[in-house]
Order: sequence, then structure tokens, then C-alpha cells
Amino acid sequence: MRTFKFLSLVLVVSLLLSACGGGASKEVKIAILAPLSGPVPTFGVMTRDGALLAIEEWNAKGGVNGMKIVPIVEDSQCTPDPAANAANKVIDQDKVHYIIGEVCSKASIPISDIANGKKVVQISPTSTNPSVTVGTDGKVKDYIFRACFIDPFQGQVGAKFAMEKLGAKTAFIMLDQANDYVKGLAEFFEKSFTEAGGTIVGKETYTSTDTDFSAILAKIAEAKPDVVYLPDYYNIVNLATKQAKEKGITAPFIGGDGWDSSDLDLAAAAGGYFTNHYSPEDTRAEVQNFVKAFGAKYKDDSGNPKVPDALAALAYDATNLMLQAIKDAGADDPTKVKDALTKITFNGVSGKITYDASHNPVKSATILEVTKDGIKFNSVVNP
Amino acid sequence: MQYFKKTPVTDHKPNSRLAWVGQGFLLILAIIVIIILAQNLIRSPSLFAQNVIDGLKLGFVYAMIALGYTMVYGIVKLINFAHGDVFMVGAFVSYYAVTRFSLHTWAKQIFPGMPDWLVILIGSLTVILLSMVVCVLLAVTIERVAYKPLRDAPRIAALITAIGVSFFLEFFGALGFVFSPRFIPYKQPFETMSWYINNGIYPITPGSMPPDGSITFSNIFLIIVIASIFVQLLLQFLVRRTKIGIAMRATAFDKPTARLMGINVDQVISFTFAIGAAFAGLGGVLYAIAYPSIHTQMGILPGLKAFVAAVLGGIGSLPGALVGALIMGQAEALTMGYISTPMRDAIAFTILIVVLLVKPTGIFGEPEKEKA
Repeated sequence: MRTFKFLSLVLVVSLLLSACGGGASKEVKIAILAPLSGPVPTFGVMTRDGALLAIEEWNAKGGVNGMKIVPIVEDSQCTPDPAANAANKVIDQDKVHYIIGEVCSKASIPISDIANGKKVVQISPTSTNPSVTVGTDGKVKDYIFRACFIDPFQGQVGAKFAMEKLGAKTAFIMLDQANDYVKGLAEFFEKSFTEAGGTIVGKETYTSTDTDFSAILAKIAEAKPDVVYLPDYYNIVNLATKQAKEKGITAPFIGGDGWDSSDLDLAAAAGGYFTNHYSPEDTRAEVQNFVKAFGAKYKDDSGNPKVPDALAALAYDATNLMLQAIKDAGADDPTKVKDALTKITFNGVSGKITYDASHNPVKSATILEVTKDGIKFNSVVNP
Repeated sequence: MQYFKKTPVTDHKPNSRLAWVGQGFLLILAIIVIIILAQNLIRSPSLFAQNVIDGLKLGFVYAMIALGYTMVYGIVKLINFAHGDVFMVGAFVSYYAVTRFSLHTWAKQIFPGMPDWLVILIGSLTVILLSMVVCVLLAVTIERVAYKPLRDAPRIAALITAIGVSFFLEFFGALGFVFSPRFIPYKQPFETMSWYINNGIYPITPGSMPPDGSITFSNIFLIIVIASIFVQLLLQFLVRRTKIGIAMRATAFDKPTARLMGINVDQVISFTFAIGAAFAGLGGVLYAIAYPSIHTQMGILPGLKAFVAAVLGGIGSLPGALVGALIMGQAEALTMGYISTPMRDAIAFTILIVVLLVKPTGIFGEPEKEKA
């Protein structure tokens, strides 16, 4: 028992020392909370790699405000409890003031409650759930931001793209009423499309277990809309676009990032467009430099440069946003950094970012085009 | 035309007063449905015809599955709930045959000079046959392992076992190393083509829209209709004209006596499961070609609807399965077309309830003596 007490005392003292150790003013710690295990480990790896790349680039330029940046990576598993534990660990033990993460909304929400309570600035790169930045009481969490746009915003961009780039005047909406993601996108699409002078010629609902869309498609063939908005996941898109081709429907289908999957049936969905966060084929200098730097640092299993996906791009942007805000604030002070973030204008890989009152970024979206040979970059649409 | 039914003994009449209310309600419902359909038919005949065609496609797929339900019920009085999952396995087998082993082009590799259409025809038939064979083996195994030991047990035990087998197939299939729980885009062994009817039949070319008032259909629609009718005729022939068919009817009629007459009842029952599974496998492949996104729970709803179709037509009756399935297909397509798509399942199962209330034996069914 004695030995145990002694050992635990040694342990506590050593932890305290390690936490206080290292020149406190000479370096700034940034925690990266990513799901390196759990259901989506590939998301976690991409997020971590994107964030580490940003930190490495800043350190190569001499750090931020003369301070060296020290990343602390923790596995938060895309699961609420491990995420909360990881957040407590980095804040209480490692004394970080800045958190990049998590990927999943359900993990980001518990982290955001802890971080906001302890006045630690958090930027989630990819969590789209509105309650990450806005509490259940409807009040914005002062210290919490995100780098991605929230889901319904894609509907707005989709409508704008349909009208401006495709010259659409009429649209038909297909939606799954039971799916909040689909419903959110469809609502915003409808709102933006009608506000800009377009007409919704029809709106039909289905359920997620449906495989036969013939009746809806027969109505579409009759209504002859300029575009069909179908903001669902790839499995529904595969079925609906395939049956639409059989019915000879030529109106292009437009969707959201739910289409973004290697399982998207390219032959069926060819001619369709969807909104997404980013495309590695975007020709802007920010994107091309990022893709080059990422490929130089990370290789895939066969030694080829890795192509960063949207997760890596958003993690890179989130980290850059944080460091830029620290630089703008001029000090390692979370309260000043969060104020700097609300006023920031930042040219990131995923577009030009400013923040609205709910700490959601106002930024451009990328439009991708589905062709028989693959998914191609089409254009960037500003809101 | 009852092959698998016991001779009618007594008709258990429902309470006559209640029956009057039920029939009156049904009559009003039928009138409303007819008025709605007539209005829509007049408003846009081509759209109506389109919905009917789409309903036929569904109906003929359900017919292929419903045969398995109705035959198995006729012989062993078991509602084989695992039947829909055998259908799912059929779809997956064909998927792996096409993507992993390129079985749809084997003829090309052996005879490089063969014309493409013949390669595809032989390849597609091979894929379908393979799926049917695997489904037959699966169904016979299920029958031997799960149902045969329970043949003399109370019927409820076998029914619950069937539900258990169904869940087993769904969730075992969803394991990562089996089929995985994902939605998998199905790779078709042949290209789908479609045509439109508008003063003649013309092919639909990509990028051009058929003119107003056209009715469209695809090659997969034709294949489903032909395959389903072929299967029906084959089964009629089998049951009426062959020795095994006579054995099946005898077994359905009276199992102990059939056994006394020297019929190998176990073999006949296995054979019945095998035929049902073969048709389910065929249905699974065709369904996957028509709706090319497969996952391990894809069999549940078509299976249940085929079951409703079998009940509607009169469970145990072969023509009943076809008629019931076609009615189900129309009910679904017209619900989707004129009410709303999410209502389709509600309508399908409402039909089940109405049939059970008004005519529990179904359209072609005859009342049956309750087992003591």
C-alpha cells in the first residue's frame, strides 16, 4: 500500500512537471482530436495529416508570433465519451488553448461543451451539425467555430449553380422526408431557387428503403423541369438516375456531398452535378499548392503521392484559420483569438472564409460534375 | 385449379352483420378508387399507361417470389419467411459472379470470335443459372437443417424458426467478410436499353427526350415479364404433367397417405423448396438488374409483398400467386403515381389486412378445415 501511494505521488508530480515543463511562452500547443480508431479511421488519418501539414508549414516559416507550434494528437474515436476524455486530457493535462477537431458531429458536440466551458478555442474541420457551434439554449458557443459549411448551405449553392451556370428556370425536387440531411438541403434549395425567380414544378417524397422511383420519374418526364434536385446519398442516387436514364429523362440531376462516394454509379449518374467542400482538381493556386505539399509529405502504400480529400483540406484550413487568428490576436490568449476569428477573412483551400453570427463559415462551394470516366471539377460557386 | 389444397370441408362464415359492414366499406372504397383512377386516366392516358407498365414490372417480380411462398405453404403449411433472403442471396451471387469472376463474358475468353450479343446472352444465362443453383443449395440446406427436424412440431415453432433463419441470412450476410452491410452498386451483366411508344416504337437515345405522351419501357421489363410467365407455365406443366408433380400434389393432399403409397415425402418437400428457391434466385438477379443497388436487407420488402400477394391470391394456389402479385404491383405503382410514394408500403399491407378480414382464403383460395 505504501509503495502504491509513493508511486502514485511520483506519478502525479512527474505529470505536473511535464505539464509545466518547456518554455511556456516560447511555444503554443494545438491539440488535434481525430478519430484514428473507431468507425471512420480513414477520416481521422486524413484529418490529422492535413492539420499536421499546416503546422509544419507555419513552423518552417518561424512559427506564429515567434512561438513554435507543438501539435498534440489524440484519438477521439468519433464517439462521444472517448472524445470528451480526450478533450479533458488535452485541456487539463497538456494545457492546450486550441483544439482542431473532431470529424464527427456527435463527437464534436461533447468536445465543444467542454472547450467552451473552459475557454478553449475549438475549430471543427468537418462537423456539419448546427449544434456544434450553437447550444441547445440557442446561444452561440463563443469559443467554437467550424471550417466546413453546414448542410443546408449546399442547397443554397445548388440552386445558385442551377440558375446561373445551367440557366435553369424550373426545378423538380425529390426528397426523403425522414432524412434531416436531405430535408435541409431540399428546403434551402427550394427557398433560394424561388427567391431568385425560379419555379419548383414539382416536389415528390420517397422513403429510404424505396428502390422503385418510376412513378416520381414519370411525373418528372411529364413536368419537364430544367433540373432535378436529389440531395440524397449515393445509393438512392444510383437507383433514381439509372431509372431516369431508362425513362429518357435528360434534365440534369443535382445533389449534395452525399453523392461523393467511390460507390456512385458513374454511368447512371453521368451528367449530374453535386456540391462539395473542395476538389483536388480546382485550379486555384491555394488548392494546387496544398495538393503538391500534401503529396510530397504523404505517400500511399505503393509510394505514390497521396491525393488529399475534403477531410484533409478542411483540417488544413481549420488549422491555418486557427494559426492566422493567433497571429492576428498577437498573443497566446484564447479570448483574443476567438475575437480575431469572428473578424477573420481567410483564403483557404476550400474557399474564402469569413464567419457569420452562428460561427458558420460563409464561403464558396465547389461544384463537381459526374461523367462516365469519373468525377470532375466543374466550378466554384460563391454564396 | 387447386393443386396444393385440401378438399373444402366447411366454410367458416364470419359474423354476418360484421360482414355486411365490411363489404359496404369495401364497396365504398372500391368506388372511390375507381373514380380516382378514372379521373387520372382521362387526364393523362399516357401517364396512366406508364404507371401500369411500371406496376407490371414490380408485379411480375413479386410473382416469381410469391410462387415459392405459395408452394412451400401448400406442401408443408409453413410460411417460409427466409424466402425473401434467398432472393437477396441470388442477387449477391450474380453480383460476385459478374464483378469478381466476369462470368458474364466467359464465352468471349474461350471463343474469342463469338459475336458480342451471343457472349452476353450465354454469359447472362450462366450468371442467372449459377445464382439459381446457389439459391437451391441454400434453400435445401435450410430445409434440412432448420425445418425438417421441426416437421412434426407445432406449426408456430417452424414459423419462428423461419423468422430466425431470415434474420440469420440478413445479418450474417451483413458481416464485413461476407457481403458487407453497405449498399453496393450492382454491375449488370448486360446493358439496359429502353424504348418509347408513341405512334410506333423507337429506341431512347441518351441526351434526347422522348416526345410528350410517350410510354417508355426497357429490355429488363421485357425480360422480367417473359421470365415470370415462363416460370409460371413451367410450374403448371411440372405440377400437372410430371411424376414429381403428382407426388407433390399427393404430399400436399395427405402426407401420411402419400408416404404409405411409396412417395418419398422428404424428397418431395426438398424438391418444393428447391424450385421455390430457384425462382427466388432468378427473381433476385432480375430485380437487381432492374434496381441496381443491392444490400443484405433488400429481400425483406419484396419478400413481404410477395407474401401479401400469395395471401391475396389464395395461399397454396399457383395462379393465385400470379394474380395476387400483379394486383400488388398495380396497387403499388398506382399509389406511387396518384397518392404518394411513401404511401406504397402502407397500401400494400392494408391490402393484406383487408383480405384477411374479408376473404381470408384469398381470391383463388378455398376454405380449409382447421387442423384439430
